[in-house]
This record gives sequence, C-alpha cells and structure tokens, in this order.
Amino acid sequence: MGAVLAAVLGASLAGCSSTGGKRAEDRAKAAAQGRPAVSTPRWTFAMVTHAGDGDTFWDIVQKGAKEAAAKDNINFLYSHDDQAQQQAQFVQAAIDQKVDGIIVSLAKPEALKDVLGKAAKAGIPVITVNSGSAQSKEYGALTHIGQDEEIAGEAVGTELTKRGRKKAVCVLHEQGNVGHEQRCAGAKKTFGGTMENLYVEGTNMPSVQAAIQAKLQAEPDLDAVLTLGAPFAPTAVKAKDAAGSKAEIDTFDLNESVARDLKSGALGFAVDQQPYLQGYEAVDLLWLYKYNANTLGGGRPVLTGPQIVTKDEAAELEEYIKRVTR
Amino acid sequence: MSTATAPPPAARDERLAHVSLVRRLLGRPELGAVVGAVAVFVFFSFAAPSFLQASSLSTILYSASTIGIMAVPVAMLMIGGEFDLSAGVMVTSSALISSMVSYQLTANVWVGVGVSLLVTLAIGFFNGFMLTRTKLPSFIITLGTFLMLTGLNLGFTKLISGSVSTKSIADMEGFPSAKALFASQWTIGDVTLKVTVLWWLALVALATWILLRTRAGNWIFAVGGAAEAARAVGVPVVRTRIGLYMGVALCAWISGQHILFSYDVVQSGEGVGNEFLYIIAAVIGGCLMTGGYGSAIGSAVGAFIFGMTSNGIVYAQWNPDWFKFFLGAMLLLATLLNAWVRKRAEAK
Repeated sequence: MGAVLAAVLGASLAGCSSTGGKRAEDRAKAAAQGRPAVSTPRWTFAMVTHAGDGDTFWDIVQKGAKEAAAKDNINFLYSHDDQAQQQAQFVQAAIDQKVDGIIVSLAKPEALKDVLGKAAKAGIPVITVNSGSAQSKEYGALTHIGQDEEIAGEAVGTELTKRGRKKAVCVLHEQGNVGHEQRCAGAKKTFGGTMENLYVEGTNMPSVQAAIQAKLQAEPDLDAVLTLGAPFAPTAVKAKDAAGSKAEIDTFDLNESVARDLKSGALGFAVDQQPYLQGYEAVDLLWLYKYNANTLGGGRPVLTGPQIVTKDEAAELEEYIKRVTR
Repeated sequence: MSTATAPPPAARDERLAHVSLVRRLLGRPELGAVVGAVAVFVFFSFAAPSFLQASSLSTILYSASTIGIMAVPVAMLMIGGEFDLSAGVMVTSSALISSMVSYQLTANVWVGVGVSLLVTLAIGFFNGFMLTRTKLPSFIITLGTFLMLTGLNLGFTKLISGSVSTKSIADMEGFPSAKALFASQWTIGDVTLKVTVLWWLALVALATWILLRTRAGNWIFAVGGAAEAARAVGVPVVRTRIGLYMGVALCAWISGQHILFSYDVVQSGEGVGNEFLYIIAAVIGGCLMTGGYGSAIGSAVGAFIFGMTSNGIVYAQWNPDWFKFFLGAMLLLATLLNAWVRKRAEAK
C-alpha cells in the first residue's frame, strides 16, 4: 500500500514542471506583493493615463505603481482613456473624490491643462509621468518622471548610425501621439542615413504587418525598421521574413517576445524607458511629498530612460521581463 | 407616433379618442430609458460613496452633455432611418479647421469659426447628397466619409503645422469671446456648470419642438417609417435627409468648437469611435435602428446614462478593465427594457 502511494506520489511529482507555469508565477507574485513598510495614514492616490485598452506598456507602469502603493500603504486607483477629453474627465472625477494625490500622463497636454489647474486649486499634489516633460512644471506638477522622447529618439539614431545603417523607416502605431512623433524626429536628427515615417493602425495587428511588409517590398534597400512599441517588433520581424528583406528590426520598449528575439538575434536592439520606474517612482515620490515634503529633480524631469538593451542585457533581464516588471 | 394632444373630438372617430395620461406616458419612446436611468442612478448611489456629491454630479452632467450634444442630431437622423459613422471624427475636423484657418491667416478667431461652420455643413451636405443620389446604404457612404476625414485630419494637420496637433490660438483676437460662447463655465461653491450643458438642453428642446410640432418633424418620421409611401404623399424625402445630415454637421461644429476653445489646441487623431457613443445614447434612449421611432429627449436620457456609467465606475473605484463590458451590458439591458416597455404599452 505504502509502496503504491509512494509510486503515485513519485509519478505525480515527476509529472510536474520544475520551471515556469502557474507555480512560478505565484512564487513571483508572493515575492513582489509585499506588506506596507510604513505607518503613514492610508492615503488615496489616483493614476489617470492616456493608455488604450490592453496596452502591455501601461500594465508594467501600473504594476510598478501598485507595488509601491502596497509598500507605502496607499489606496491606489487607476483609470485610463485614449481620448483626451475622457482622460480629463477622469482626472476631474479623481478631484471630486478628494484623493490625496494624482498621477497623470500628458500625452495630450493641453487637454489636461484646465483640470490640473483645478487639482492645484483643490490642493492635490500632481506628478506627471511618461510624456509631457515640457508642460509638467508649467501645469503645476511637482515632478515629471519619464523619458524625454526626443533624447530617446536621438539615442536610437546614434545607435543605428553606429550599426552602419543607411535607410530606415520609423513605424508609428498611434496617429496623433505627440511623443511618437518626437521619437521619430529625434532618431532622424542623429541618424546618419535617411529615415521616413510609416503610419500603421496599431489596434489592428494584421494590418500593421501588411503595411510594414508592403513598405519593405516596395523599397528593398531599406536596412532598418524601427517600431515604437514592443508588441510591434515581432510583427515587424514577421513582415521582414515574409517580404524576404534583410533589414534590421529595432524597437522601443521591452516584453517577453522582444527579449526572446533579442537573444536569438532577430532584433538588433531595444530602447527601454523602464515603465516600472515610472509607476513606482510616481507613487513613491507622492508619498515622500505627503510624508516629508520632498521633491525630486529640482524642477527638471527625472529621466527613466533611454537604456539601450542588446543581446547580452536581454539574457540578464529576461527573468524580470517574464514577471512583467521590465 | 406624435403624441400631440388632440382637440376634443366632435365626431366619434377612434383616431381622436381620448387617451389617458398613463397610456400616453407608456407610449413615449424614452420611458424605458428613464426607468433605466433611475436604476443606474440608484445603483451608483449605493455603489460609489462620492457619486452623490454635487461636484461629482456636475462632472457627470458635463460628461453627458459632450455626448448628448451629438446624440440629439444622431437620434433625429436615426428616426429618419439613417446612420452617420462620420459624426465622431467630424467633430475633430471641425475643431481643426477653425484652429488652422485662424492661425494660418492670423485672422480673428471668429473667421476660423465661421469657415469651420461652412465646411462642416458642407461635409454634412455631402453625406446627405451622396446618400440620396447614389441610393447606397448610409453605412457605406458615411463609412467612406469617416475614413476620408480621419486621413484628412492627420494629413492636413501635419502638412500645415508640422506636428500632430495644432498650434495654440489662445493668444489670438476673438478667443475670449468665442471661449465664452463655446467653453465657458460657472462655479458655484464647488460645483462647476459648463456651458455645454446649456447647449445640450437647448438642442434637446429645439429638436423636440421640430419633431413634435412642425411639418419637418412629420416628414422626418414619415421618411424613417416608410420612405416610398412618404414620397408618394408629397414629402420631400431628399431635402429631409440632406437636412438631417446637415443637422449632425451643425452639432459636430458646436462640439468641435467646444473642444477647441476649452483646450486651445486640437489633436488630429481624436474622435475616432465616438460615433458609436452617440448611436449608443440614441438607442438607449429609445430610437429604433430601423427608423421611424424615437425622441430627442430619449437621446438625452441615453447620454445621461452613459455619463453616469463611465464616471460612476471611477467613483466606485472599480477596475477600469471591465468598463467596456459594463457599458455593453448596460446597452443590452436598456434596449431590452425599452422593447419590453414598448410591447406592454402597445398591447394595452
């Protein structure tokens, strides 16, 4: 009887995967969740971003913010809308709720100007994240945490030149996003070769692939494709293979498949702006301000990027990318 | 379906029979929506602690008015049996035109506003004209307009201002007076009332008057109910349809000016997808997808339900990932409730 039991137990253990799966995920979650490390009152912070539905980048920002909130004993609220007017209304809703702090992304800055003025009038401290470094101070925010899009673009241009590229295309997946335009403009500035913009419909992946493929087929001498978001890099790789092109694919932002493609050499490099830091630091700095009247940056944006990630770093970062914190 | 009270009958004609107040109420297309609105209101009053504050309610009212201003003409158009998928981006186009015309000509802001009115009305006319000329479904015509406008918005903006948003016109002549008309607000205590709410109420009143008290209103119901029959008895079908599309354009112009003058700058990529919100508001408010039935007041109630739902989820501090699901469920429930109420009313 005991022997049977031992055999069954042994068999079931042998059937378990020692890597990955739900168990690994749970372990990572338990490690990351944490308990409040402070005894300050339970303040409520609201974060309102311009993210579209199901955007991986903003998932990482949100994760950083949530983990900082757990540590700082903060009640964390999150809402988002890619329409500027609706985003402004969500900020207004946060003010109505008399939250203790607001974190907001300024992709479409003018739309939020008025409502941020109201937050200031109501005495609610505001921190801006991600885009909008130019307007942050003017609109009365304590600090801006993010990447300067133009500087990030310039880093890409320099890297592309270093890699000996001559003719590149910059793939914009969100029409009307100022930050995206700035990235491509920055890249164009420092790039030795020529670069042109290609607009694709970011919410429709097959059409993204078709558009890139068509571009590569139409201009066989293109030797670099730059995508502005991690989900679009593997698509560009597919388009490149289908078009039989030799172009190097590079991208902004990281995710699991980008890490895998970097390691395999399908991607040249990725520019990381460390979204986790944007969420984490925003919550933490608001807490510091409420607790200790601290601010960071001395009126200048606190930069979270750009960091160029290539084959070597990708291997090192893979574990963090898998748990969605890089 | 007009419920205008009939004069006391001299002859015993069944069409002129006296109808009780209750039955008349039950016959109104917006009844189901009103019941739904009350249900949503009560629901969020319990679910969200800060929902009932005056300041929150004014936020909701503003949110509703931005949808509602467009839901009025969209509802009228639906009563007339047609759709307009270009309504969402047309708002953005209208704002972009005002801003760029004023800036590029360094003209008084009102010049841009005027040009924008003409161009936007022309777009509405184009929709109506193409529809009546080609006899293609409105879905196809306005989908074409939607795509063309989306491209034109971005293309022209980048061509002219070199970026995806327009340049600020806040320091130009005429801006303060235009802002007063389209984007002013009054603060009473901690409650802010935006001028869009007044525009909205005025448009609802105007549309209701047109639908129920004028000949044009009868034409709209007739065209939406049975266009061929209407034509046979002399209703100017073509003119009515073109007029309805120009009504949508007029309101798109009002909304567009509001966006421009409240934010100084317009983003060229905005507005896509909003056409569905207008249609949702009209449908929740009792408009039939097949035309010939509905009301302007209903569209207002629909917009109010939308405003309560979209902001209520924030006040209730729920995870926004579920927002779209909630909105869809709300739409289904409201429409079912509508259909049920109407069936009961007609059965009596």
